[in-house]
Amino acid sequence: MNGNPIVEGFIEAIRLIVSLDPQVVEITIRSLYVSLTATFFAALIALPLGALIYFYEFRGKHAVVSTLQTLYALPTVIVGLVMFLLLSNIGPFGFLRLLYTPGGMIVTQTVLIIPLLMGLTVSALSGIDRDKRYTITALGASRLQTIVTIIVESRFAVMSSVLLGFGRAISEVGTVMIIGGNIRGATRVLTTAIALNTSMANYSVSIALGIILLAVALGVNIALSLVQRR
Amino acid sequence: MAIIEARDIRKVYGNLEVLHDVDLSVEEGEILGLIGPSGSGKSTLLRILDLIEPPSGGELSVFGTDTVAERSRWLDLRRRMGMLFQRPIVFNASVYDNVAMGLRYRGVSGSDIDRKVKEALDAVGLSRYIKSRATDLSGGEQQRVALSRVLVTDPEILFLDEPTANLDPGSTATIERIVADLNREAGMTVLISTHDLAQGQRLAHRIAVMIEGTVAQAGSPHAVFHEPGSRKIAGFVGVQNIIPGRVVSRQGGLTTVAAKDRRIISATPSPADEVFVVIRGEDISLHRREPGYEEAENLFPARVTAIESMAPFVNVTVDCGCDLVVLMPARRAEALEIHVGMEVWVSLPAKVVHLVPQNGP
Repeated sequence: MNGNPIVEGFIEAIRLIVSLDPQVVEITIRSLYVSLTATFFAALIALPLGALIYFYEFRGKHAVVSTLQTLYALPTVIVGLVMFLLLSNIGPFGFLRLLYTPGGMIVTQTVLIIPLLMGLTVSALSGIDRDKRYTITALGASRLQTIVTIIVESRFAVMSSVLLGFGRAISEVGTVMIIGGNIRGATRVLTTAIALNTSMANYSVSIALGIILLAVALGVNIALSLVQRR
Repeated sequence: MAIIEARDIRKVYGNLEVLHDVDLSVEEGEILGLIGPSGSGKSTLLRILDLIEPPSGGELSVFGTDTVAERSRWLDLRRRMGMLFQRPIVFNASVYDNVAMGLRYRGVSGSDIDRKVKEALDAVGLSRYIKSRATDLSGGEQQRVALSRVLVTDPEILFLDEPTANLDPGSTATIERIVADLNREAGMTVLISTHDLAQGQRLAHRIAVMIEGTVAQAGSPHAVFHEPGSRKIAGFVGVQNIIPGRVVSRQGGLTTVAAKDRRIISATPSPADEVFVVIRGEDISLHRREPGYEEAENLFPARVTAIESMAPFVNVTVDCGCDLVVLMPARRAEALEIHVGMEVWVSLPAKVVHLVPQNGP
């Protein structure tokens, strides 16, 4: 049968997914591993820093928040380039030997989404309005109790920001291509594999990986809307 | 001794002066009503007195402690007070956890919290919602959750910032009843701000009127409503008749004021030569014919010029040489067959005619 290559590719893609093709599974797991780990570390760093920015008054606070918001749209290839220079043999962190390793990809994606998570954490905490803060104070909360109450109260908004960060990490191709190098069996992830297979006319693998990436993105969105409905 | 003593309180946000020269003392065990137009600084003053935010200047002592000198004691002082805000505020947690917040901040033991929260929710009739998410309740229910959250902490001073502005009459009555009971039975000192004049009169032992960022007058409800200190206060407390006039004679404790073509006798010692005559509409009597016997010092023939319904009352405007507005029950106006153009008589005793200086504040 000599049908349309797109239709054939689609059918083959379904077969690859249903049969749990080892290559597809391996790439999917690596992608999730890299981006989930990066999101975890980014949250570990960005949430406390975001809270610090929100709770402490200092000069230039407004400028810091504006800068963070600008960095939301930071081009991923720029982050990739800067991190490449830092991690390569000629850079200051070359001795860590992280270039072309999943570790290097995790570090880079962590750097990529930290500004997003920090900025969104500040926004999430700012969502607690003035009257609510007055209420907390009036109820007799100490400084520390006030901070804890505000963070607990904005927990769902903070969770949304973490999910958004993960969404950006798993779907970006710029940094993982530059830092990971798309090495088969080592640093190949969903986005880089799709780029490569498409350019090699390997449509079925691309479509299979695309469906999986879309499913992950959809899952993140469903989780987001569930969280935001609280 | 006064439980709260404020002197020369000033509050500035950026370039905006919200409060200036505020002097106010609150006695232990009283209900003080704070009334005034929107934007007159009532909420800001309550927050300052509750030590939620510091004043920009002035002296403030609470429970006999000088709060300016002893900043470190604010948390302890604040934990002896409580405040309910205008907008119902609940946190995204169960009703139980909402009510327990203040107790948890104070480190109360779990079993005591459990007992007190259940009692408090019983008192406001919300026991059945104890496990519900507080944000799912209606506005009136949320405000009752907020009230019980304050009351479980047994505040010695309770601040209420227009607590019933957004509520239905039923929830308003519940909250007013609880506040009045607490004051009477537990001797709780209460400061309530409201722009509902009737609520101020119903609840308060003493009323302070705020106009344009300062306490313009403080006194008994009768004094504030019948003897307002200035034209602005008179206007705010709903006096229908504020008539410019000139003092023409003073004798035997009575002042005669010429207002347009009519001379009105007042028992108020004249504060200036140029005055405003301030008369509440309900203090004027209207008669179909000249009364045979009338003790009131002022008795004038007049003609009805307008009738305005204020169900269940009517405002009847009469011309007796100057315009006077008479407030009377609609049923009584009907019985007297009041109509525009009708010739009538009005009478008012000198003691209901209050005078304020024209050049006053």
